Amino acid sequence: MTAPAKFVGRSVPRLEDRPLLLGQGRFAADISFPGQWHMRVVRSAVAHGKITSIDATAALKLPGVHAVWTHAHVAHIPRIPFRLTRIEGLMPYQQPVLAEGVVRYVGEPVAVVFAIDPYVAEDAAELVEVSIEPLRATLLATEQPGVFEHELTTEAGVVRKAYGDVEAAFRAAHAVVALELSVGRHSGVPLETRGALARYDESRDILEMHGAAKVPHWNRDSLAQMLGRKRESVQLFEGHVGGGFGIRGELYPEDVLVCAAALKFRKPIKWIEDRREHLIAANHSRDQHHRVRAAIDAQGQILAIEDEFFHDNGAYMRTHAATVPDLAAAMLPGPYRVPAYRATGRIRLTNKTPCGTYRAPGRYESTFVRERLLDAIAAKVGVDKVEIRRRNLIAKSAMPYTLGLETLGTHIVYDSGDYALLLNKALAAADWKNLQEQLRQRRHAGEKVGAGVAMFVEKSGLGPFDTVRIEVTPAGIVEVITGVASIGQGVETVIAQICADALGVDYAGIRVIHGQTDRIDKGMGAFASRVTVMCGEATRLAAVKLRDKALRAAAELMQTDAAKLDIVNGAIVATSGSAGPSMPLAELARSLPGGLSAEDTFESGHMVYPYGVHVAVVRVDAETGGVTIERYCVAYDIGKAVNPKLVEGQIAGGLAQGIGGALLEEFLYDENGEPLSVTFADYLMPTAREVPELAILVLEDAPSPLNLLGLKGAGEGGVNPVGAAIASAIDDALERPGAVTQLPVTPQRLKAIMAAAR
Amino acid sequence: MTDKTDITLTINGRDHAIAVEPRRTLADAIREDCGQTGTHIGCEHGVCGACTVIVDGEPVRSCLMFAVQAAGKPIRTIEGLADGERLHPMQQAFMDHHGLQCGFCTPGFLMLAVGVLEREPDIGDEALLDVLSSNLCRCTGYQNIIKAVRAAAKEMRGK
Repeated sequence: MTAPAKFVGRSVPRLEDRPLLLGQGRFAADISFPGQWHMRVVRSAVAHGKITSIDATAALKLPGVHAVWTHAHVAHIPRIPFRLTRIEGLMPYQQPVLAEGVVRYVGEPVAVVFAIDPYVAEDAAELVEVSIEPLRATLLATEQPGVFEHELTTEAGVVRKAYGDVEAAFRAAHAVVALELSVGRHSGVPLETRGALARYDESRDILEMHGAAKVPHWNRDSLAQMLGRKRESVQLFEGHVGGGFGIRGELYPEDVLVCAAALKFRKPIKWIEDRREHLIAANHSRDQHHRVRAAIDAQGQILAIEDEFFHDNGAYMRTHAATVPDLAAAMLPGPYRVPAYRATGRIRLTNKTPCGTYRAPGRYESTFVRERLLDAIAAKVGVDKVEIRRRNLIAKSAMPYTLGLETLGTHIVYDSGDYALLLNKALAAADWKNLQEQLRQRRHAGEKVGAGVAMFVEKSGLGPFDTVRIEVTPAGIVEVITGVASIGQGVETVIAQICADALGVDYAGIRVIHGQTDRIDKGMGAFASRVTVMCGEATRLAAVKLRDKALRAAAELMQTDAAKLDIVNGAIVATSGSAGPSMPLAELARSLPGGLSAEDTFESGHMVYPYGVHVAVVRVDAETGGVTIERYCVAYDIGKAVNPKLVEGQIAGGLAQGIGGALLEEFLYDENGEPLSVTFADYLMPTAREVPELAILVLEDAPSPLNLLGLKGAGEGGVNPVGAAIASAIDDALERPGAVTQLPVTPQRLKAIMAAAR
Repeated sequence: MTDKTDITLTINGRDHAIAVEPRRTLADAIREDCGQTGTHIGCEHGVCGACTVIVDGEPVRSCLMFAVQAAGKPIRTIEGLADGERLHPMQQAFMDHHGLQCGFCTPGFLMLAVGVLEREPDIGDEALLDVLSSNLCRCTGYQNIIKAVRAAAKEMRGK
């Protein structure tokens, strides 16, 4: 029945590119409505304190200012709810849309100004006088929990995951390896800042929010609930989105405020964040400190791992609730056999920007911890870092492998994989043996050069469902309507490729509609590398259904048997290939009274688990403490690549972000909780100079058994182990196993490491 | 609010008569007063380069220039790069080499690269890398952008 794939598996050009190249993108700031007001947020300049007064008199006197809101104006609006991983006891730590008597981080929204234009709004915001009586700022997640409010402490919750007899394993251990490791606070920082534009259409009683991203359906439901409206009377619209990375598109205070104001003032309300605001107000991530130990036998085989970590979530619990520490704990074991395991993740609140997910959330952190641990075990046992990994890898014969842990509401079962094979392929691609010899010679000649290796298992394709409806319009355009979202990753192209093959049309003529809550009632959005897997399979199912429907209808019209018909290049033709009757799909759609469409849903209770190996080669400058990445190699098995070039693009982009977190990017604070990284001059992201050319192997040795095409998600394998691989390479360059214990390895830190060695 | 000044911005050969405050940035004037939203604003402090346009033949960061400073000077933006339906070689190269993902930084990179190559067609690989490292991209990891610009440079030299 299924024709050989014409589009799936090929690096066809992206459908998204042309408008973006022509400057015809429609990003949040590009949308305007007549008569719109502009919102500017007045933010706390104090990390922790009691609000004693807010005086807006001067601001309101400024010509062009319409209104100023403080908490009193929005006291009826509930706090922002959780989207994922709600664990016991977190609710009281949710963030109000405007500060309620107390400020808890620099950047917290305290008031909002509405004015005729953004310049006036900004002028007025500076005239709003906020008096705050400072309180002691908590800045260390590892210190004893203090008081958050009343009887609540700054330990908002604890994530606990365990299996096996950890105590017995440590008692029986040949040796124990213990490390203290930390990953710095950094985040996605998309190039487009956040933005939202709300308007209320009185004639239809519909509240619209434009500038939605990532999870429009979820946010629609939450906004409706918070504002006391029926969900059908709130609609969200996603335009172009200038990068997502986990952070963009979550429900933030500002989204709620523009919607509430549009309802109140009956005017379109537009808010576009500036970069300083973004760096202090949008979700931060990653900030974790781990105390980990492993029990091993004489050969270095792991008997048990125990990890206690402190997750600095900043000032409040936002939409992700416990997601990041939960994933860190659940994914720490990775590709290795760990017979007994216990993780305790302490979610601590500090007076810093609240946190959420960032590409490979929890895994960038726990891969760093696990791979540092493997390097330390290798040093302890006296074998090389590759050999220690080989000794501990889960065998192919053990697949599917039930880990014995849960996350995101699913049991973790590695669906397929041949980890040892991938390691061999990655090492071959990196020419590991010769590389070791070359590096040895260069080190002998005085250079500080070294190679690192890191392995990981990713998760992707989070369910529980995705629904797709495919319609053939009377004009003959095939529309795929889905509740997922595009954050720049190429959703339209990939979904069109899958639809094209299953239906028998050209991918270039397919229009993929996403992120529009008025076009489809339900949708899960774009996160957790889920889109290609979940929406891809739903698309295939719906396309197969549509194809069958079209062939049956055509057979009736053409008075033949449906089995003798096929769809090729968008036309119904005879299967024999002989010159027979042919009918374009458009014509068929027009001739059917109910039109031509089909809908299907793909449900999945389990995630799918791609896996990878990164190899890094670095050179350390002993004078400056600078690190140059000379070579980098990524091998990633994603089961089936729908568009290899786009997969490579995901990996390359992730790598750049991983390098940022490993060497450059960090949100720093002074001792009073004043943020120090508030511009791109102090928050350093990699440029074309810092990102090396890289070799990428996209492999398909272990297709997922959980969907027909064998798909696994590709979005997060580029970033996951970068910190770990670079740390391993720096150790090697310094010839000091275990030297790196903290990311990012800034020049100052590296110089301190080198000085301590002397 | 301060008083507005009448100026004319000449964008892609078309005159836009607008009234702006002296403090209005060129980026805001291009986007809001002239309706050309292809030029993007990423940081407003001259680091990311998303707002790069070509003024008087030079790539400039339109967030760091006031609109009044650009009055009367020829301004080129992303909207003027293609020749009708036909993409500029730089645009085509970005498509061919997958040099864009979300597309937000893309107009800035295109204008930067075109501006530099028009002025200095034989620029060496290292110098070109220096130029490209002055803009930020958060999606691609840069290598495909570098490949695209090198390919387009070859094509532009061939003409």
